Amino acid sequence: MNAIAAPPVRRPIRPPQVPASQFPYNPGSLLSVGDLSLDAISRILSRATELEKMDPLVRDRILLKRRVALLFYESSTRTRTSFELAAKALGADTTLVSNLSSSIEKGETLKDTGLTLRALGAEAIILRHNSSGAPWLLEESTRLPVLNAGDGMHEHPTQALLDLRTILAHLRPGVAEVAADTLAGVTVTIVGDILHSRVARSNMFLLPRLGAQVILCGPAQLLPDSAAGAGPGISVERDFEAAIRRSQVVMMLRIQAERLAGLQLDLEQYKAGYQLTGQRLAAQAPNAIVMHPGPIIRGLELTAGVADGSQSAILEQVTNGVAIRMAVVERALTGTAANGGRS
Amino acid sequence: MSALVIRNGHLIDPGAGIDGPKDLLLKDGRVAEIAGHGKLKSNGAQVLDAAGLTVAPGLIDIHVHLREPGQGYKETIATGTAAAAAGGFTSVAAMPNTTPVNDTPDITRWMQSPDRGACIRVYPIAAATRGSNGETLTDFAALKSAGAVAVTDDGRPILKDSIMRETLAAAARVGLSVIQHAEDTRLTQGASMNAGPVAFKLGLRGMPTEAESGLVERDIRLVTQLRDARVHLHVAHTSTAGAIAAVRQARRNGLRVTCEVAPHHFLLTEEHVGLYSTNAKMNPPLRSAADRDAMIEAILDGVVDAIATDHAPHATHEKEVEFEHAPNGITGLETALGLCLRWLHREWKLPLGRVLSLLSAQPAALLGLKGRGTLAVGSFADVVVFDPKAEWTYSAKETRSRSHNTPFDGWEMQGKVRWTISEGKIAYSAAG
Repeated sequence: MNAIAAPPVRRPIRPPQVPASQFPYNPGSLLSVGDLSLDAISRILSRATELEKMDPLVRDRILLKRRVALLFYESSTRTRTSFELAAKALGADTTLVSNLSSSIEKGETLKDTGLTLRALGAEAIILRHNSSGAPWLLEESTRLPVLNAGDGMHEHPTQALLDLRTILAHLRPGVAEVAADTLAGVTVTIVGDILHSRVARSNMFLLPRLGAQVILCGPAQLLPDSAAGAGPGISVERDFEAAIRRSQVVMMLRIQAERLAGLQLDLEQYKAGYQLTGQRLAAQAPNAIVMHPGPIIRGLELTAGVADGSQSAILEQVTNGVAIRMAVVERALTGTAANGGRS
Repeated sequence: MSALVIRNGHLIDPGAGIDGPKDLLLKDGRVAEIAGHGKLKSNGAQVLDAAGLTVAPGLIDIHVHLREPGQGYKETIATGTAAAAAGGFTSVAAMPNTTPVNDTPDITRWMQSPDRGACIRVYPIAAATRGSNGETLTDFAALKSAGAVAVTDDGRPILKDSIMRETLAAAARVGLSVIQHAEDTRLTQGASMNAGPVAFKLGLRGMPTEAESGLVERDIRLVTQLRDARVHLHVAHTSTAGAIAAVRQARRNGLRVTCEVAPHHFLLTEEHVGLYSTNAKMNPPLRSAADRDAMIEAILDGVVDAIATDHAPHATHEKEVEFEHAPNGITGLETALGLCLRWLHREWKLPLGRVLSLLSAQPAALLGLKGRGTLAVGSFADVVVFDPKAEWTYSAKETRSRSHNTPFDGWEMQGKVRWTISEGKIAYSAAG
């Protein structure tokens, strides 16, 4: 079918460029850890500490009567409660809209729900959504500051920030400003259901920017080889004990049954390979801190003894969540590029 | 019937081997005469002055979704063909994934009725199986007499070996091509972009390239087994290096296997998904840079038989949703020529005649569209007249399509259509 002779192929091929992103539209938004410069991260960390120490009766004047909407398409305990407590600690009024018992059940789109909240006076929206990328759609539609409280399998930036605060408190006490070498020499292993984890992604995109090495560890079904190409400073190690042996931080993840999408997983085999037990921890990483974004499933990804043990920082993470979220909610409502945008 | 004379243009007709200054007389819907400049008498015919312009066979897109019957809010045959004419196209082949599916001669005829208001020629492609359910073959002979030029289940590829084998054999008996959207849907459940590091980063489930190349290989195996020279398999919107390699090998083995590539697959990569741009969501998805480069090479070295747009209009509200819930597809009829000239011709130095051949003579030959794709005397008077040097910027909001879902809004184009003439009638005329 090719009547016309072919010329030799010319190299190199110069293809069209990928255009630069327009996001975030609003300087107060926090959609991805990539939105934040290291300076902005330092400001959030130090502001979190200031706000935490502040007299509650002074603190609650900061965002007095400002309106913050929490829009949650998935269930949540820690994230929802700590965002709500954080906003209220600054004096803001909060309102919760969840996918159950709202017009979302009647088929209202995310765009329309967002515009409705804006019309009701919401000045910022904290969004938890089961679809990756939903916060970008909401921000583009409303142009309000949007705080990503977890989108599908994608990101959970405030979790990574509170995890960073936890790691710094243990490994770099007293460090207030972060730089490209703050976590040099630190290895963080993230273990388990990496594929479906937004916590894993936000941490693996954030921590290497401060000099940390991130090891991803899990079975192939939950951790594709392509994960190693997700960014600099990220590697894949299938051998759990070899990974934690090298680590100062071990971050355990829950198996996300709700996102397995038909994937068959042998839990006994999983536990044999990847459960963090007291014995493994003592043998391989006796000085590492053990973290978990929650909810934990005792007896699955880690034993009760490890969860409650002296190396566990799990509840500190929860506490740090309120401080970090106070800082990002304040940044959202008083946000300018100078106040934490990636300039 | 009225007559038209196109004067002073530069005629490029790759099918007829013409590349030179010629005047053209169109009469009664056919090409009546070709002569050197000034040698034709107008005799009262309408005269179009094509000085400085290229005159070529009207373009042919063998893969479009015109959405009628049933989804007129996305596109109608009238609006879709208006967009096509603005893009220089004079024939389009329309996919059967309408509502209802085009699986009967009645629907096939309905699509071609003058009542649809098409301003260019529409060739229906019929469903290969009833309801495109992949179970029972449709009546290929009856569909062909009603005007269908090929059969396919398009977005619902035929997975069962036995049904695909039957489809290829039965289509061959009546002289129809079988078009396959090559996607092993068992490997792409819940996926919304190409599998790989970008999908991993964005937290989206990915479609592996093997889902495409594996099905192409399977189909070629079936063609080989049938040992019937009449069997014609056409691979729609090829997007992976693996599928191209399979087609290349099949051709070396003497099989009648052809393929098309869409402009977005030789221009864009998965990186263009950016932060969940639903105008970069289509199926097959945008692939890696290596796959994109393989498309360019395959076009330049002649393995690719046609450029086809996979024009797939969707209403704005349908695309303004979460990425994984957005429908697949982008519009393409108004941007194909401008992108092919800007990139294939100017950037990658594919000769103009070969670009035009991929957009007219070759697709016409591929589907056996008689009298199309050439301006030889006696052919249909399907002509595009364009300024090959003109540079312009595409603006989606000025589209003639009912939909605006394109990733090429604001892109620089080369080659501006001045007139599109379908069977002797002016179907599109640029302002000024």
